[in-house]
Amino acid sequence: MLKIPRNYDPSLHPFELSREYTRALNATKLERVFAKPFLSSLDGHRDGVNCLAKHTRSLSTLLSGSCDGVVKVWNLTKRECVRTLQAHEGFVRGMVVRYCGSSFFTIGDDKTIKQWNMEAPGYGEEEEPLNTILGKTVFTGLDHHQKKGVFATCGQQVDIWDEQRSTPIRSFSWGVDSFSSVRFNPVETELLGSCASDRSIVLYDMRESTPLKKVIMTMRTNTLCWNPMEAYFFTCANEDYNLYTYDMRYLEKPCKVHMDHVSAVLDVDYSPTGLEFVSASFDKTVRIFPKDAGHSREVYHTKRMQHVICIKWSADNKYILSGSDEMNIRLWKANAAEKLGVLAPREREAVNYSQKLKEKFQHYPQIKRIARHRHLPKNIYHQRNELRVMKEARRRKETNVRKHSKPGSVPVVSEKEKHVVSVVD
Amino acid sequence: MAHVRVRCSVICIMAKVSKKKGSKKIKKVVMSVEEQPPVNEEEEEEAGMAGAEGDIGSSGEDEGEDERKRQKLLQAISALGGKRKKALGERSEAAVDMSEFSVNPEDGPGKVQLSDLMGTLEKTPAVPAKTRKLLENLQRNKKTVDSPLSKQETERIQRGMAFQKAATEVSRWDSVITQNQRAEQLLFPLNQEPAGPRPIERLVAGWKAQTPLEQEVFALLSANKQPFTDPILTPAEEASVKAMSLEEAKIRRAELQKARALQSYYEAKARREKKIKSKKYHKVQNKVKRKGLLKHIEQMIKTDPAAAMQELNKMELARMQERMSLKHQNSSKWAKSKAIMAKYDEEARKAMQQQLEMNRELTQKLVTPLNEEEEEEEEGAAGEADVLPDFVNDAVDGPPNPWMKGKLTEEPTKEQVNDAAPEAASVSAAAAEEEEEEWAADKTEEEALLREFDCRRKRHQAQESDTAGSIFQEEMTEAAAEDSGASDCDEEARSEFRSISRGGEEGFKATEAVNCADRTDESAQLEERLIRIRTVEDLERLPHEPSAEPRDPPTTKAQPSEEKRVGKSKKKKGIELKEVLTKNTNIIKVPLAPTGTDSEDPEAKVDQKGLIKEAFAGDDVISDFLKDKRRQEDEGKPKVIDLTLPGWGEWGGLGLKPPKRKRRKVRSAPPPPRKDQRLPTVIITEKKNASISLHQVHSLPFPFENHAQFESCFRSPLGRTWNTERTVKKVTKPRVVTQMGAIIDPMAEEELLRNKDAVARETSSVNSKKSR
Repeated sequence: MLKIPRNYDPSLHPFELSREYTRALNATKLERVFAKPFLSSLDGHRDGVNCLAKHTRSLSTLLSGSCDGVVKVWNLTKRECVRTLQAHEGFVRGMVVRYCGSSFFTIGDDKTIKQWNMEAPGYGEEEEPLNTILGKTVFTGLDHHQKKGVFATCGQQVDIWDEQRSTPIRSFSWGVDSFSSVRFNPVETELLGSCASDRSIVLYDMRESTPLKKVIMTMRTNTLCWNPMEAYFFTCANEDYNLYTYDMRYLEKPCKVHMDHVSAVLDVDYSPTGLEFVSASFDKTVRIFPKDAGHSREVYHTKRMQHVICIKWSADNKYILSGSDEMNIRLWKANAAEKLGVLAPREREAVNYSQKLKEKFQHYPQIKRIARHRHLPKNIYHQRNELRVMKEARRRKETNVRKHSKPGSVPVVSEKEKHVVSVVD
Repeated sequence: MAHVRVRCSVICIMAKVSKKKGSKKIKKVVMSVEEQPPVNEEEEEEAGMAGAEGDIGSSGEDEGEDERKRQKLLQAISALGGKRKKALGERSEAAVDMSEFSVNPEDGPGKVQLSDLMGTLEKTPAVPAKTRKLLENLQRNKKTVDSPLSKQETERIQRGMAFQKAATEVSRWDSVITQNQRAEQLLFPLNQEPAGPRPIERLVAGWKAQTPLEQEVFALLSANKQPFTDPILTPAEEASVKAMSLEEAKIRRAELQKARALQSYYEAKARREKKIKSKKYHKVQNKVKRKGLLKHIEQMIKTDPAAAMQELNKMELARMQERMSLKHQNSSKWAKSKAIMAKYDEEARKAMQQQLEMNRELTQKLVTPLNEEEEEEEEGAAGEADVLPDFVNDAVDGPPNPWMKGKLTEEPTKEQVNDAAPEAASVSAAAAEEEEEEWAADKTEEEALLREFDCRRKRHQAQESDTAGSIFQEEMTEAAAEDSGASDCDEEARSEFRSISRGGEEGFKATEAVNCADRTDESAQLEERLIRIRTVEDLERLPHEPSAEPRDPPTTKAQPSEEKRVGKSKKKKGIELKEVLTKNTNIIKVPLAPTGTDSEDPEAKVDQKGLIKEAFAGDDVISDFLKDKRRQEDEGKPKVIDLTLPGWGEWGGLGLKPPKRKRRKVRSAPPPPRKDQRLPTVIITEKKNASISLHQVHSLPFPFENHAQFESCFRSPLGRTWNTERTVKKVTKPRVVTQMGAIIDPMAEEELLRNKDAVARETSSVNSKKSR
């Protein structure tokens, strides 16, 4: 490469703004051209994929459990199934890999918790769990502690288990509920959150004998996920099409309401950088939200993808994995237009530059228009419009009511406050 | 008696219970009670004896007496048998049905009251008053304990407490989170290992000694406490590594490198200089060094007088030694031999000269401000009362100091002159500019003059024994050099002095006479300056003269000075208005140096204007502009469309009248008035380019509060077309950087500690900066 001395005299390089604008416009267009997020689909399950689990030590390993009780271990680089085991009778409700990556736990509709070795059994050996715990009731959710040999399950109550024992070391219950999911806080590792069917989210401290606090919302929360970089934030996926990000210290109202889905949100997972999260919805789409944005930055869908039941963001922040009703696991890019593989230095510089240009000119109408454009399936599009109309109508009605009633009698309730019914100490 | 015993056993049981429970207060009380039993027993005995004595008199209590006697008998029997019934009774286990909390003996004579227990308590001095008071309060208080809270309530309280705890615990992360939110760039995974080759200890970690040789080696190593697995460093090394952080080490290394580099430069330089054979060079070099030393001492005088004095003393000592030993004079053997050789040998002569030079240097008396001050002080002490001018004192001193001869060389005078220049400028603000202009030219002349004067003075000194005049002249030179802008009287003197210098030796006598004549006038002038001016500080201490005459430019000097010389000898001392005016006019007349720019400008401007006019003589810009504007206005006007033309299927040709229906002309409404209607010199286009407006931002986007803020985003370009490589890299740094194929673990506790460390380091660095 020949090194050429440059003269940076601004008079020699005029029209910098317009030239950069053109570059930004081109970069935006190219981004949309290259946005091909779908990488592959992993097929092999004979029933809907009900749960996914990331391997904690290996990026290329993925575990999936289906509605017929089969667990499959996938090699993502080869995009093939490396191991299949019949773990449970009925659904595999939850699955989690131990923090060291040596074994994994599954729970199923057969009221059992099973611990499995991560390594496949040798030739001729039978697939057998390392441990089996028979519970009294069905377990619906499972999560493992970040650093200790402790895991939590939920069903009719939230139980904390020691790996060495067959009875829970602690059980939390607060009224009579059934819980749908339980998650450990990855930063403050002793804290847990769970979602109950009485529309509440309950927080626990593993060291305490009682739960900490409960917030009741207007509709049921399906799952929640803690931010892996910010200890006190968690996001929950709600039946009312929205996601809510809470600060666990102030449960009175969520910090942010994330709307865009047009049907119940079934699962949510944070990116390992803690800056974004991905949500799976009953409306057959996957959406990516910046953690502090009200609307999604990306929507993924394919013709064949049905209700997305579970979603995971890969540990290297590059991929998204979705498991859906129609028995497939899909692999997506987290950044749709990103080039995979190693970038040459000049390439990387060019990417960085265009990225900055896009940021710089993001408010320009043309650029904004192009950057924000996404294709949506017809039904979702119409549903969205319908929802919009409904929302607008509701808003209008509210303003009309306010107009025609005594001043102050109909207070303005913010969107954040609308969805919280009460906080119970 | 039975009563008492029962009580005692109860107390003992209570003591046992209380021991189990570990309640401190009750234990204390019980212990104090327990101490009592021997006393009680004695009392019992006494009571018994008293009772026995009293029995004789009483007859109605036979049964009681019998009972007592029986008891006594039993006791005696038991004592004979060597058994202790009482002890046995006491050691018995508490009954199963006996509650821990309410002592309720079935066969006892009723409930035990607190007062029963306290009866003995008052007698014992060992019980502290505080306990006694507490117990009394307890006795008086009849309140019942509140019933415990309901389960729900207690749970709620517990939950509240637990939540508070968790919330505070989680809030530790506040600073980390805000810092990450504000960070320009985030690097993931968080705890990245430094790039580059991995240290060997990590590679070797999984390795084991297998062969006997290896095992032997390892045995040796372990015997000597040398590490062989994970950290290859010994404990001592580890400690040293820990002692200095990486940054500190880097800083230290940089410092050392710099120091080494500097040293090598200096060494190289010294070597180079040492190689130079030119003696002249070395001589000059030595001189410079000496001067530097002097300067240094002068500075030291200002900053640290004590150290300066020491230095001076040292030099003085060297001088004294030289003067005592006369080592470098011609008395030594070597010198004598050289003296013989000097006739024939050039080098020997040189060597001798050098030696003499050395001698002179060493024996030369140092003149520094410190010394001067001392001298002055001495002078002040000697003759403060007499206000005689200095030269008088000097005259009294006798012949002039021979060391002064070598002193008035070129450099000191130059320095003095240079020092004087700004002084003069400050004194006469009005004449300053001109003076500065003159100065450059004048300076060389001044120097020449001084030198001339100097040699003349020397000659004069040689001739004359009368020193008064010479010193006066010396003073004069000083005055001339220092203060160019003196008063009129001074100027007179100076003109004379100039005439002297020009006239040379012939005019000397005459000037002498003039000097004598003028002395009465000038004595006042001289008396004004009691301070002897030797340093710049002295100059500054001088009272500022109200007016200073600018000196004449060198070109016009010859005639006016002569004129002045003629005129001024008879001039009065006072300033006349006319005179001043004429002087001013004179000054204006003087042609200035070509450096001036302002005076040229008007002409130049006119010239340029003319030039432009000439160049664009043919162009009528204004009419062109007007035409242009009119054209634009016309374009903007709605056009009249002629609809009268024949169409399809109609007759055409000359002389045809358009049909009636076509005679109506279509006229659209007049457009709104133009924006530049009332602005004759401006054209504002009314056409709006729709294609451009598509690309323009029409409203202020959300996060921005005003237009200026928004526009500031676009002030500087980002690309490499306009920026250097480094800037581009800095500006286009991505917000999030992840490592390919690395698992990003959630934030761990270590991050909190690291953040704390970083914050502490920042604050400390800020503090240190502040302190600096």
